[in-house]
Amino acid sequence: MEDQRSLNSIIDVCLLAGKIMLENGAETYRVEDTMIRIASAFGCKESQSFSTPTGIIFSLDGDYPISKVIRISHRSTDLHKVTLVNSISRSVTNKELTVREAYIKLKELEKANVAYPLWIQIFAAFISSGCFTIMFNGQWNDFIWACIAGGLGFACLLHLHRLLEVRFFAEFIASFVIGVAAFWFMYIGLGSELDKIIIGAVMPLVPGLLITNAARDLIAGHLVSGLAKGADAGLTALAIGAGIAVAFVIL
Amino acid sequence: MFEQVVTSFIASAAFGVLFNAPKQSLIKCGLVGMIGWVLYYGLVEIEYDSIFATLVAAFVVGVISQFFAKRYKMPIIIFTIAGIIPLVPGGLSYDAMKHFVENDYNVAVQLAAKVCMLAGAIAMGIIFAEVMNQLMIKYNRRKQSEKGAPLK
Repeated sequence: MEDQRSLNSIIDVCLLAGKIMLENGAETYRVEDTMIRIASAFGCKESQSFSTPTGIIFSLDGDYPISKVIRISHRSTDLHKVTLVNSISRSVTNKELTVREAYIKLKELEKANVAYPLWIQIFAAFISSGCFTIMFNGQWNDFIWACIAGGLGFACLLHLHRLLEVRFFAEFIASFVIGVAAFWFMYIGLGSELDKIIIGAVMPLVPGLLITNAARDLIAGHLVSGLAKGADAGLTALAIGAGIAVAFVIL
Repeated sequence: MFEQVVTSFIASAAFGVLFNAPKQSLIKCGLVGMIGWVLYYGLVEIEYDSIFATLVAAFVVGVISQFFAKRYKMPIIIFTIAGIIPLVPGGLSYDAMKHFVENDYNVAVQLAAKVCMLAGAIAMGIIFAEVMNQLMIKYNRRKQSEKGAPLK
């Protein structure tokens, strides 16, 4: 018998799963799909979900219709958490978890920090910057300078992210730092091609995930979230471009 | 060509770290990125248009990602992102921006239009792969209707 209270806990589980996925960069259609799957695994056959990058509306139909709204204010990229929610929802649909267990697991996951250590992230940005310089037909003696500029820029981004809430400003400053560093390497005669160094170093900041997500959402018919993510990606690209442009203009 | 293979593998795997993909998927991320980039690079080398090359590479990345996602039971987005990143026209958009700053609007607008076309080609490639996957799922479901749809 589905009473009001059990419906309430089911909707909480669905919303929590959706919230974690959206906050960590999953595609909107997957979020909605997961929430509806979880609800139906717990016996609520009729549920409606409407998610956008900034919030989710979810409702369960039946004898006691109920709906809730959740606001997403903070978004980042953490595909590990998306994967973990995915596997929790998988075991829910295989009826391996009760509502209570699923809720506890999701709550733990929400708090957990599954990110790589900071130095590994910066090292990844460092090495990928150099590799991109080579991939875009740069020369090997630019490799290390692109690495340093890219690592520096990414470290700036991470640091500023923590310092202030405005993401675009952090991206702007980070790309500005990359521009200045690259100019400086050229100035003291270390690098050979300014363009290649900057292109490689900027790549870790490029909003690749957002662009792909936006396209996929648009095609899946989620026009609202597709456009919103597209706007987000556009703003990020603009911030990066502006940072480099300012470095160009003043140097 | 060898250095392209190695660098694209490392760059894609490193991007997996930046997006915090699970540890066991990093090698596969690198693999997807490498295949996509080598295909793109090869096609451009034998003088295909870069838009066509991007479309083909993105399509192949999409297909491989679908396969990996099903095989390793992970969200497909992990693999598509890693595969797409090398194809993102970063260099071209940088060029476009540079010409804008230099007030050379003729060249800048041309380059910006090309960037849009390339971004569109990436999206279309991924979407073609998805459509093909859905067609295959429908076909399989018709063939063995007792089996439920696999969780994407």
